[in-house]
Amino acid sequence: MKLARDLEIVGDLSNLPPSASGARNLVWWGNTGFMVIEGTGFALAAAVYLYLLTQASGWPPKGDQHPGLLWSGIFTAGLILSELPNLWVLRCARAKNVAGVRWGVLAMTLIAMALLIPRAFEFAHLGVTWHQDAYGSVVWLLLVLHTAHVITDWGDTAVLGAWLFSHEVGDDQFSDVEDNSNYWTFVVLCWLPIYALIYWAPRVL
Amino acid sequence: MTRDQDRLDRLDATWRDAPGLWGFLTTVDHKRIAARYIVTALLLMFLAGMLALDMRLQLSVPENTRMSPQLFNESFSLHGSTMLFLVSVPAMEAMAFWLVPLMLGARNMAFPRLGAFSYWLYLGGVLTLWIAHAMDITPDLGWFEYPPLSGPSYSPGHRADIWAQMITFTEVAALAASVNVAATILKMRPPGMTLARMPVFLWAMLIASIMTILSMPSIMLVTSMLIADRLVSTHFFSPAGGGDVLLFQHLFWFFGHPEVYIIFIPATGFISSIVETFSKRPIFGHSALVMSLMSIGALAFGLWVHHMFAVGLPQLGNGFYTAASMAIAVPAGLQIFCWIGTMWAGRPWLATPMLWVLGFVATFVVGGLSGVMTASAALDLQLTDTYFVVAHLHYVLIGGGIFPLFGAFCYWYPKATGRLMSERWGQIAFALIVGGFNLGFFPMHLLGLMGMPRRVYTYPAGMGWETLNQVATAGSAIAVLGGLVFVANALISYWRGAPSGPDPWGGSTLEWASASPAPSWNVAYTPVVDSLTPMWNDGRPLRAMDGIAIERREVLVTSVTDATPLYRQLSASPSIWPLIASLAVAAMFLGSIFTPWAVAIGAVPIGAALIGWFWPTRPRASTGPLRARS
Amino acid sequence: MVGTAMTRLFAMLPFLLLAGCDGIQTPLSPAGDQASALHQLLMLMTIVCGVVYGVVLVGIGWSLWRGHNHTTAFGDTPGDDRRLSRGLWTAAAAIVIGLTVLVVGSFIADRALFATRGKNAMEVRVTGHQWWWRIEYRDSTTGRLIETANELHLPLGRTTRLTLGSADVIHSFWVPNVSGKIDMIPGRRNTLDLTPRHLGWFRGQCSEFCGAQHAHMAFDVKVESPAAFDVWLATQTRPAPPPLDAVAARGQAVFAGPCAACHVVRGTDASGRAGPDLTHLASRHSIAAGTLPMTRGGLQGWIAQPQALKPGTSMPAVSLAPADADAVAHYLETLR
Repeated sequence: MKLARDLEIVGDLSNLPPSASGARNLVWWGNTGFMVIEGTGFALAAAVYLYLLTQASGWPPKGDQHPGLLWSGIFTAGLILSELPNLWVLRCARAKNVAGVRWGVLAMTLIAMALLIPRAFEFAHLGVTWHQDAYGSVVWLLLVLHTAHVITDWGDTAVLGAWLFSHEVGDDQFSDVEDNSNYWTFVVLCWLPIYALIYWAPRVL
Repeated sequence: MTRDQDRLDRLDATWRDAPGLWGFLTTVDHKRIAARYIVTALLLMFLAGMLALDMRLQLSVPENTRMSPQLFNESFSLHGSTMLFLVSVPAMEAMAFWLVPLMLGARNMAFPRLGAFSYWLYLGGVLTLWIAHAMDITPDLGWFEYPPLSGPSYSPGHRADIWAQMITFTEVAALAASVNVAATILKMRPPGMTLARMPVFLWAMLIASIMTILSMPSIMLVTSMLIADRLVSTHFFSPAGGGDVLLFQHLFWFFGHPEVYIIFIPATGFISSIVETFSKRPIFGHSALVMSLMSIGALAFGLWVHHMFAVGLPQLGNGFYTAASMAIAVPAGLQIFCWIGTMWAGRPWLATPMLWVLGFVATFVVGGLSGVMTASAALDLQLTDTYFVVAHLHYVLIGGGIFPLFGAFCYWYPKATGRLMSERWGQIAFALIVGGFNLGFFPMHLLGLMGMPRRVYTYPAGMGWETLNQVATAGSAIAVLGGLVFVANALISYWRGAPSGPDPWGGSTLEWASASPAPSWNVAYTPVVDSLTPMWNDGRPLRAMDGIAIERREVLVTSVTDATPLYRQLSASPSIWPLIASLAVAAMFLGSIFTPWAVAIGAVPIGAALIGWFWPTRPRASTGPLRARS
Repeated sequence: MVGTAMTRLFAMLPFLLLAGCDGIQTPLSPAGDQASALHQLLMLMTIVCGVVYGVVLVGIGWSLWRGHNHTTAFGDTPGDDRRLSRGLWTAAAAIVIGLTVLVVGSFIADRALFATRGKNAMEVRVTGHQWWWRIEYRDSTTGRLIETANELHLPLGRTTRLTLGSADVIHSFWVPNVSGKIDMIPGRRNTLDLTPRHLGWFRGQCSEFCGAQHAHMAFDVKVESPAAFDVWLATQTRPAPPPLDAVAARGQAVFAGPCAACHVVRGTDASGRAGPDLTHLASRHSIAAGTLPMTRGGLQGWIAQPQALKPGTSMPAVSLAPADADAVAHYLETLR
């Protein structure tokens, strides 16, 4: 094995810890990268909504109903409130609390599943189908994108919960809980501007 | 200090792949993954080149009936889609995959299995497009399929859907690869390699990755909207339903313009590396080069409307986009100055990689200048959609992307294979390719100015276009011949090339510190860096640190700005899950060409594959309700 | 190598440009105000860009020569970096100045293109179809639309305002000798002003890929004196003359069958709107959107085998007995 140069050993890295949390962790950056990708996707979908709005003579177009506020209100309130247990789970992960992350992640799994119920009713009360006109298409686009978000994070959380309970919980798993919790916060934050667009833009603009 | 053979053997045992097919399917070695990307891209480049020659033969004679319009339209669509989505961007990603860990003195990328997943998905995109071609359902509406032509009314059948889903495959692969490259460059640098001491090549790959992350969601969104219009009757792009045809163009070009810089910026990274080594002095203007790359990256997102100057948008907006599109010539021009300046102040020697740098400058600058001409919203009304813009795009993409890629190939070939390519045949290939390309494409500027539109399968006699078309055909044929010589040189040198040793060119950056070819574990110790050119330290031994484990796969993670060592991260071992997951994803993507239910149904195998992928290998719990009971 | 290929091309350049210079479909031979403004801009840009390219080539040549002669170890002459830094600022300034010149030039040309907005102009509506052009002149006295297809006449020295749209997919209207192009987009109306300054025939072609026969979607443009234009327009307004002989009458009768479903001949019962208006077909320069000449042979060939000549066109092949086909062609030739 020929090398270009001799080496001179000037230090030893073996005393470094085998894990890290938060932004020090490598996987945190991967998670953040994917959040940037999806956030960009949402921003562009919102831009599509606003573009079509500016091109239309009426919004919603004549004959289309406004989307219902009841179920969306329930969903939105529930989503915002879910941040409380979510942030608690985040604290448990940072404090390396095994029981806390196990039961907390289970709770988040159940909460996410429960939130899908008002979300289903939201779809039924949008007041327009996706194939009716461009307004309907873009409203469904936004809601479908966010719902996919919720469903995949719910799946993620469920699997995370399953292996937290069935396996030893180490530093890497606490980091995973942290990343999962950050991702749920991302799901909540993404919803707020989308909610404003779907449910309030037609009433206010 | 002598090599510790026992240490090397134990590193081999930890990092090597299983033998045979299983090893091939489960490898997470970034070098092997990059190699398969490059081989696939080169093969596709050849196929796309054959399509091009076919079209050039068709256009050599006016009113030629050799090719039917359907076949010609399929050919230019397949040629453009292949070169842009399946060759150029993947080849640049592949060079990043291959070189980034080596240049960082790291043992693998940040997310090894994600890298394997990227390749399999990319291959899925390749197969989607080319098997469709074999089955005669080739997309035939160009490489950007504008509605309403690509909508349900005017393109029944599934050709347009094939195109849209091919893009979905390649964009997911590229997004995953970009997150991988960016995380590696930000968090896995060697101690001492602060951002200020990061070579231009790594800056280029980082910026290209970030641009990919911010631009590709746009094309994923717009192709999904197109499929939705075609499959489930949404009205995003149909005027009758309140949709807007131009919405597609805005979303497409919001991605499409950064895309060409995603191809060009890594190429500038290659050029910076080659110019430095072959001028025998540190590159001039490191800060200027990095800031130029950042400005190009940022500006690239503000130019997309220059692809829509003929669409009839308000004049004031067009004026803004003219100024912005011309402004990007400033950082590009400054880069050229820095490279030429390095040669001026150095001792340049014209080995084959440096010849490609010269070919790049001579060719790309023509493309850049014709780009300045098309940047004028007014003049573009005469130039767009003619052969002038065909000439422009090939000059910048081939001159600015492919020529640096060929140079990089020659430059790093010894590091990959341990052998040198033949200099003489390299020079011959260079002359044929660069000379043939210029002979083939320069006339197209004139053809455009003589009124020949693009994407036409034939043209009338008596327009005066015959001679230049024939010259273009001849030049293209010469270039393809040169390409064959280049590939033959690469293949023959693999077995019969002179052994290169670890550092045949006297390179300045860390990849030259490892052996040639690099072993599966890349480096036995972690290098420590105190300059931009760590290998140029007057022949003194390289400083390095011990401590990253040998008995298990482990990599060093450092801080983002200062590269302070933070912790040791377990690095993923070979796994079959990336392949299984990509098969599940492919099934969903392909199914959704035919029915929207494929998304829901297809999610199940994907979920299962991802669970398998991420299932931890820790011991079973000893506490709690699901604890292991003995 | 690169050098010899480029030299060969530059040597050929004048001859090739001259070949295009008197073309009927080229921006290099401006025959209208809009094309003239753009031609001047083209010349400015070519000169500036040519100079820049020359400077870059000289720069490389000089650098290679100087570097080749370096003898100091590691090639580092003290002060080189300082000189390069000054050079970098100079290069930046030069690039910015050059681009400013070009942006200003572009702005001036742009203003010239829009100089006729708001002024009085004759209105013509052009609608793109796969793969032909519906052209409708607004009669200034009656306000009615006078329809023709695939051929545009323009009065010399006056501004004609085109309103451009599409009935199906995106097309693009381009007569390079007179002006730049504008897309024709379904759901949008675009406007293009044309002010021709030279008499003669020119050719336009669709410049946005619009499907199978995009390559055969061209049209003829005739620039004539205002008096001749008025005569032409008056002719277009009139219905078709009745057939003058038996063969033409037979042709008209055959036409009333398969052809009338898609084509209009005003003055008869033929009123199909799917294809071009044929009322004054024989007065045109070409047929099938610039694909074939307007001659007896062109007509008969087109009627007999449209799919062979323009595969994918909307016009189906209609099998006619030879005598009937002759009669139809003869009839169409009378539609002046």
